[in-house]
Amino acid sequence: MDLTINGTSHTLELPDDIPLLWALRDGLNITSVKYGCGIAQCGACTVHIGGEAVRSCQVALADVWGEITTIEGLGTPDALHAIQTAWIDHQVAQCGYCQSGQIMQAADLLARNPEPSDEDIDAAMSGNLCRCGTYPRIRAAVHAAASALREV
Amino acid sequence: MGRVRTIARRSFLIGSAAILGGVAFGAYLVTRPTPNPLLDGLGTGEAALTPFVKITPQGITLIVPRADVGQGIASTQAMLIAEELDIDPATATLDPGQPHRAYFNGTVAADGLSFPGWDEGFVAETVRDLMMNVARLSGSQFTGGSSSTADLHETLRQAGATARETLKAAAMARTGVPRADLRTEDGHVILPDGTRIPYTELAGEAAAIEPVTYVALRPASDWTRLGKPHRRLDVGAKSTGTQNYGVDVALPGMLYATVRANPGRGGGMARYSADAALAMMGVRSVVEVNEGLAVIADNTWFAFQAAAALEVDWLPPDYPASSAEMWQALSDAHTEEFQNSRLREDGDVEAALTGATVIEAEYRTPFLAHAALEPLNATVLVEDDAVTIWTATQIPHVVRDAAAEVTGVDAANVILHALPAGGSFGRRLDHDYVVQAIQIAATMPGTPVKTIWSREEDMTHDFPRPLHMARGRGAVAEGRVLACDLDTISPSLISSWFGRVFIVPPGPDAMLVWGAFDQPYAIPNYRVTGYAAPPMMPIGSWRSPGACSNSFFHESFLSELIHAAGADPLEERLRLIEHADSRRVLEAVGDISNWAGADIGPARGRGLAFSYTHGVPVAEVIDVTMTDQGIRIDEVWIAADCGTVFDPVNAEAQLTGAAIFGLGHAMNCELTYENHAVRQTNFHAFEGMRLHQTPRFHTRLLGLAERVRGLGEPATAPAAPALADAIFAATGERLREMPFSRSVDFA
Ligand code: FES
Ligand code: FES
Repeated sequence: MDLTINGTSHTLELPDDIPLLWALRDGLNITSVKYGCGIAQCGACTVHIGGEAVRSCQVALADVWGEITTIEGLGTPDALHAIQTAWIDHQVAQCGYCQSGQIMQAADLLARNPEPSDEDIDAAMSGNLCRCGTYPRIRAAVHAAASALREV
Repeated sequence: MGRVRTIARRSFLIGSAAILGGVAFGAYLVTRPTPNPLLDGLGTGEAALTPFVKITPQGITLIVPRADVGQGIASTQAMLIAEELDIDPATATLDPGQPHRAYFNGTVAADGLSFPGWDEGFVAETVRDLMMNVARLSGSQFTGGSSSTADLHETLRQAGATARETLKAAAMARTGVPRADLRTEDGHVILPDGTRIPYTELAGEAAAIEPVTYVALRPASDWTRLGKPHRRLDVGAKSTGTQNYGVDVALPGMLYATVRANPGRGGGMARYSADAALAMMGVRSVVEVNEGLAVIADNTWFAFQAAAALEVDWLPPDYPASSAEMWQALSDAHTEEFQNSRLREDGDVEAALTGATVIEAEYRTPFLAHAALEPLNATVLVEDDAVTIWTATQIPHVVRDAAAEVTGVDAANVILHALPAGGSFGRRLDHDYVVQAIQIAATMPGTPVKTIWSREEDMTHDFPRPLHMARGRGAVAEGRVLACDLDTISPSLISSWFGRVFIVPPGPDAMLVWGAFDQPYAIPNYRVTGYAAPPMMPIGSWRSPGACSNSFFHESFLSELIHAAGADPLEERLRLIEHADSRRVLEAVGDISNWAGADIGPARGRGLAFSYTHGVPVAEVIDVTMTDQGIRIDEVWIAADCGTVFDPVNAEAQLTGAAIFGLGHAMNCELTYENHAVRQTNFHAFEGMRLHQTPRFHTRLLGLAERVRGLGEPATAPAAPALADAIFAATGERLREMPFSRSVDFA
């Protein structure tokens, strides 16, 4: 199976029906993609396929329909994406386990809606569970990232 | 009479603490300095000037022994050392260290006593000191009870100061410049002529001299980092996917495992067949572990699939099988026979209620899961004479000893890589998942095995918050609360949890009545009685244990009494409280919320609750609106006083996070049981709070209390009663049972 992840192609020897989540984590050691529920209820496993946020626990490896972007493809510690900068400035993370998924979901929202209202943010991000309750800062960081991205 | 009984029970406890703290260990042991574990294996040019600071030619390592489970304590510990050491903590390596007596937690032991935190009398303080010594000598290294900052803030600053002054002494020995003329800055000793000597270069010389101890700590007015907004050291990694958790451990040749255990905790297996599982792709073996079976496979997914294919006949455990039966058992325990404590007895409740119009109410809270987003996991490598463990734990000393016990390897040869946790909320105060992972890896010596529980396993095999109920009786007179008698009934958390990780201490279970007996109200006739129901499902410590239920009971019942008296909820609480720190937070929450009563207009309501937990008074005001979609929480105001705030940005996050935790579960969550099995096995049935239900928050930390305390838990307890109070103000309906979604809809 061939996958393109963050612009790099990879070959994997795994069965067709393994969820993309586990192919990335255990097959390719891309561990920023997190397992939280396995049933599309938490969003910790969110990646982009063809530019769209999807729950990687719900996509069988054989069904991957486009290029995959994980948070590493969005930005790195040395070259942060504006959303990551906002996340750091607002010190959103507590345990941090949900945050890669939150950021990938926020990136999807901001790509479609450059100036989201609180209601838009709630609607787009409520599928991403944060057990630590970082939601007020998630809202603030999405707004900050939106204005930073509009200024670019 | 009541007073005599209270004191009698306390003296029993004091007696047992005295035996543990003084007599059994001996005065010599108590006063002997604790050894420095970093001194073993130091190389040339390396120094471990205290158990918390290691300096080598390559760099500075700060030992931050309290587990970071999301509360930010790794960062706070580093900041505390760095303030005195004069380094940028972002340039240091943070290491949790190996479990060791030097890192004992005395505060958590002292907090478990039958004294309210605000009782600073001689007896309370003496017994606290004794418990500190018990913890010191037993090497209990718990992270919990919001105790880390309270316990370590002076120790860590002292460690930084000792290291700094010892480095200056080394520079003095090298240069002849008196220590008083030397300065330190950004990891360097500075000579009067401006010459800068890096600490890393002085380490070898510093190691050779006697450390300079008992250095006076800098006053807060001199702090450059503490108390000011600073960037938590882990937010960069946690915003870029580069933070490594236990689930992310990857080692050469590593295999993957998962567990399938009896849904009824403690029941056995009648028989099982692994044939179907073993025939599946990528499966290496099926092994027996505590409580069930495990599958070892080539990746986690193969292990999950095969675990589901195991055929097992489980034997039932010996506690009630369903929620209905458990509630019945709890209700049946409300008798003299099960009375466990009466730690509050002021005035004469029975006399006050005689002839009065007695107000009565019953409240219930359900079992709740911890459900940290990172499922429980541990990676273990067992070798002939060593065990290496990678996991997140709040009890590293217990994990180390368990590894030695399971494998027969000497505890000194157990290496623990303690990792940050993707949440815990008290779950990692148990180590069942680590023991299983050790048992699994022990079947494959020389091969590291990463064991991850599925979410379903994590929910099914939690040690949940116990179900809890309370019955209140009270009376009012002349617009005031006259009497409050609260009976609170639950299985004993201390017996269940301490039985697994420590020893069950003698005396009453104070946690059973935390958040009720220890509230600083001076109600003229006031009694709190704890009843310990027979053990059921094994239970655990859940963010703000005891108080997360008791505060709901106590504050809700007090609200009912205040309402019956026709008094203002804020005014009457202020009238009933003398404790200065508590009064101030009530006044502050009134101030920031512009309190003018519970009536804030049609279809709206305002609620108030106060609680004193973990030494921190917290008051919360909540506004709700009834909408077409259901009740919406609009705003929450939180005022608290934990004394000096070292890390204000994170402190605010702990207040709001704890309140969200309290609110989300009160609104939406419960665990129920059928045939001993949990029915809510994943987040579809256990949502907590999500973004769309999250209100706006306004917080104020007063910073005036004399004692420094922690904030991981205190804002949890008052959230639920404040919400119930607001819903009452809006709808006229008193919610006396969680989850509130059983009674009302939320938007
Ligand atoms: S792991 Fe995919 S949504 Fe939870
Ligand atoms: S930060 Fe812990 S789950 Fe979101």
